[in-house]
Amino acid sequence: MARSTSWRANELPPTLRVKVPKTIHNSAAAATVAHAAAIDADDVQSLPGVTDDAQLDAWQRAAFDYFPRNRNPANGLFFDTSRAGSPVSIAVVGFALSSYPVAVERGWIDRAEAIEHCAAALRFFRDSNQDGSDGATGYKGFYFHFLDRDAGTRVWRCELSMIDTALLVVGALAASRYFDADTPAEEELRQIADQLYRRVDWRWSQDGGSTIMQGWKPECGFLHYGWEGYSEAIVLYVLALGSPTHPIGDDCYRAWTSTYQWENLYGQDFLYAGPLFIHQFSHAWIDFRGIRDRFMRAKQCDYFENSRRAVHVQRAYACINPRGHAGYDEDCWGFSACEGPSDEVQGADAEPRHLFGYAARGVPYGPDDGTLSPPAVLASLPFEPELALAAIRTMCERHPGIVHEHAFTSGFNADLRDRSGRAWVSPGLFGLDQGIIVMMIENHRTGLPWKLMRGCRWIVEGLHRAGFDGGWLDTAARNGEQA
Amino acid sequence: MHRRDSGSGIVVDPAVRDELRDNIRPTPWRNPVPADRYGLVVVGAGAAGLAAAREAADSGVRVALVERDLLGGDRLNFGCEPSKALVRTARAYAQMRDARRYGAAAPQQVEVDFHAAMERVLQLRARLSRATSPRMLKEAGIDLFFGHAMFKAPDRLDLDGVRLRFDKAVIATGAEPDVPDIPGLRDVGYFNNETIFGIDALPRRMLVIGGGPLGCELAQVFRRFGSSVIIVQHMPLFLPHEERDAAQILSVAFARDGIEVRLNTEVTAVRRVDGEIRADLRSDDYVTSVAADALLVGTGRVPRVDDMGLDAAGVRHDAVHGIRVDEHLRTDNPAIYAAGDACTAHRFTHVAEATGRMAAANALRGEKHVLSDLVIPWCTYTDPEIAHVGLYVREAMRRGIAVSTSTIPLHVVDRAVLDGDDVGFIKLHVADGSDRILGATIVSRCAGELIGQVTQAMVNGIGVRGLARVIHPYPTESSAIGAAARAWCREHPVSPRNE
Repeated sequence: MARSTSWRANELPPTLRVKVPKTIHNSAAAATVAHAAAIDADDVQSLPGVTDDAQLDAWQRAAFDYFPRNRNPANGLFFDTSRAGSPVSIAVVGFALSSYPVAVERGWIDRAEAIEHCAAALRFFRDSNQDGSDGATGYKGFYFHFLDRDAGTRVWRCELSMIDTALLVVGALAASRYFDADTPAEEELRQIADQLYRRVDWRWSQDGGSTIMQGWKPECGFLHYGWEGYSEAIVLYVLALGSPTHPIGDDCYRAWTSTYQWENLYGQDFLYAGPLFIHQFSHAWIDFRGIRDRFMRAKQCDYFENSRRAVHVQRAYACINPRGHAGYDEDCWGFSACEGPSDEVQGADAEPRHLFGYAARGVPYGPDDGTLSPPAVLASLPFEPELALAAIRTMCERHPGIVHEHAFTSGFNADLRDRSGRAWVSPGLFGLDQGIIVMMIENHRTGLPWKLMRGCRWIVEGLHRAGFDGGWLDTAARNGEQA
Repeated sequence: MHRRDSGSGIVVDPAVRDELRDNIRPTPWRNPVPADRYGLVVVGAGAAGLAAAREAADSGVRVALVERDLLGGDRLNFGCEPSKALVRTARAYAQMRDARRYGAAAPQQVEVDFHAAMERVLQLRARLSRATSPRMLKEAGIDLFFGHAMFKAPDRLDLDGVRLRFDKAVIATGAEPDVPDIPGLRDVGYFNNETIFGIDALPRRMLVIGGGPLGCELAQVFRRFGSSVIIVQHMPLFLPHEERDAAQILSVAFARDGIEVRLNTEVTAVRRVDGEIRADLRSDDYVTSVAADALLVGTGRVPRVDDMGLDAAGVRHDAVHGIRVDEHLRTDNPAIYAAGDACTAHRFTHVAEATGRMAAANALRGEKHVLSDLVIPWCTYTDPEIAHVGLYVREAMRRGIAVSTSTIPLHVVDRAVLDGDDVGFIKLHVADGSDRILGATIVSRCAGELIGQVTQAMVNGIGVRGLARVIHPYPTESSAIGAAARAWCREHPVSPRNE
């Protein structure tokens, strides 16, 4: 049962009131990743003198509570959102599977109950229809993006999703890494997770091309557009490269990374991607501190440092606020995939608006309709803890409505206000947001998800095949860590 | 007194129409008596052919220029010039509607006079056609022939029974609209770049097929004139060769203008029902149908190489790539060169002109100018414009060249902010380990003007550090080029050892 998190923004303890420079910090390229190699694998900093750990605990627990409250006990699946009738999102299931270990570790849920929840979901996927038809759950080891909450079959004629399957599978592997006891229940869980991973035919997802396709539909085959540019897909490629059964070729990763753009923007040299979630999702599982692939070696950077710079780019954009949206500043940013108002919503004035509903917002090229994502800010915690905390605190103070049922809502838009002057707030909760909050707060506090996955041989193998080396990965190789 | 032009319904000053006719295809016309032998015969009087003929004439070579249809080619008649004239008028209407953004009072109602816009196109074409009129060509020493040229031998062609012998020849026959294989398309009727500038009334609803430069430019033009416009593009983004961010900005601009954008979508069939055009669209597995009053096909162009006896001249060619040429623009027949859209992948007027000059110089003076040495910029004249020169990042990466990009968003450029045109960017792509500029992409209302500065630097081997030293007047958008260069220099300081 969830503990009550009755915190209100105006009751913040003094330790949360972080002093933040008024100007944007332009880190020189030289200040790159020297720190990372020096970080001991288990030495994840807490927040001495910066914040009250109990506050993070409250946010994190509220986020975790989403999962037991938004699952179908009949099939073990987790819903995309907290809204009535929401379908299942397979990516949310992946985040849920990754969050239960955190909850067990922190005493929020009994270990046996957590195992039961995780195993139920895994059993469903193991036993699901894999014939790829409209009434199926998956095909070739992949799964349709959204599933009926009761039947667990495809809905909305959605696509068989490669990235969302990766998020599901990496979640299964995370759970299997944590539940390592020699008990029948935990052995079963591990066995199913392994089975699901081995079943995915990653090579098929290339469709004979050089990179992994984004999706497939029974009606029309592969969607005819692939990935271009840096995205959240590193975890997808790592899983696909590490597969003991259907691995993709080494050249596949190189083909994908050849579409990267290394840019200097607002004084930051970084691997460009507009939305913040791209800089976070793969990092939920993979500890990128101090490990580098070919691209990052050439740039003398790593993906963790890159995400830190992405935070600065976001802040810089918010300070410039070129479209003049309400409330943006150095402590109010967070451009990412989230729900905002759509054009159907009546604005407070008669000006024409372009509001994008649920969309991947990004900087500096947009879309930017005034909507910000609090979860994306909180998920920046491992990269820039002081800046992230200052921002989330400020957002809570200004817009108390963004905390909904003790958890953070998907998005808010201060351009649109009700008669009481309150900003538009996305109703309900999204599972993806809650999952990334649980994991990134935990990575910040203890590094548990990172530690778990550093010991996953498939991840280690995939990283090696992608060309990563250095840091903990070299240690893992020397020790021959096995999952 | 003005009259309504037959066929187009547009009211024009007869003197304008007469001047245009006299400058592009005078009637009646009598071809000159041909010389016994020409130093150079140029087939095609578009941008490439005109440039080649002038280059030859300036060299004192006896030159004949043969044109089957209209002087000026695509540039004057079907492409750059009429479309840019319409772009300007459309922008004026957009600015009227958007006047408040510039601190001006918006008109109560913006009434579009489509006929006035089209008449202006004719007036401008007439004016711009003076430079390449038959009279001007004659004064330049060029023998102009109208007619259908057919090669009969490696050094000879026939022109409606008249024989033209040559030492060298340049084929510059250009390109023609590609017609996609869509069931019903030919039956319902459609416009392309060769016919759209003769449209006699503003269509209430227009369907544009193709998200390349032509489709994008004209979709925006007709939307700004007041048509309801749907643009259908089979790729995930417009301008598929351009940078993703540039194409994304264009998508947002289209949405702002009220254009209905259908990406990842194919037109599977069209038909006419109850006087309107119905088009079936498919996006992955989603099938829909839309209605329109006019259809514009902008899916590209293909080289015009058939029906001129190229085989008799020993000139290898095919329907996709056009005339096969070597790096010096020479065909398999060492006496015959080619230039422009008929042989190059970059089908732009400025490339046609450059290759026309190059082909003539190589053919007549034995010079060894190389096609791949050309640094070719290009621009799509949407609002904002999208311009590029040199390599894209993905091209550089494929070639194994590590590249870094210095980006200046226009919203930090004072002049762009002051002008209310701050959507866009300037990106300089630089080779790692040097300050060599590999390429640049600019998205700006004046990108076509700005890209020339980067091109100039690249042509003259000026690196980023040199570009950073250039002083730009303040406030100008061009200052952003300097800012991008200086931003790169800040991140790549010269070490004392290397100074």
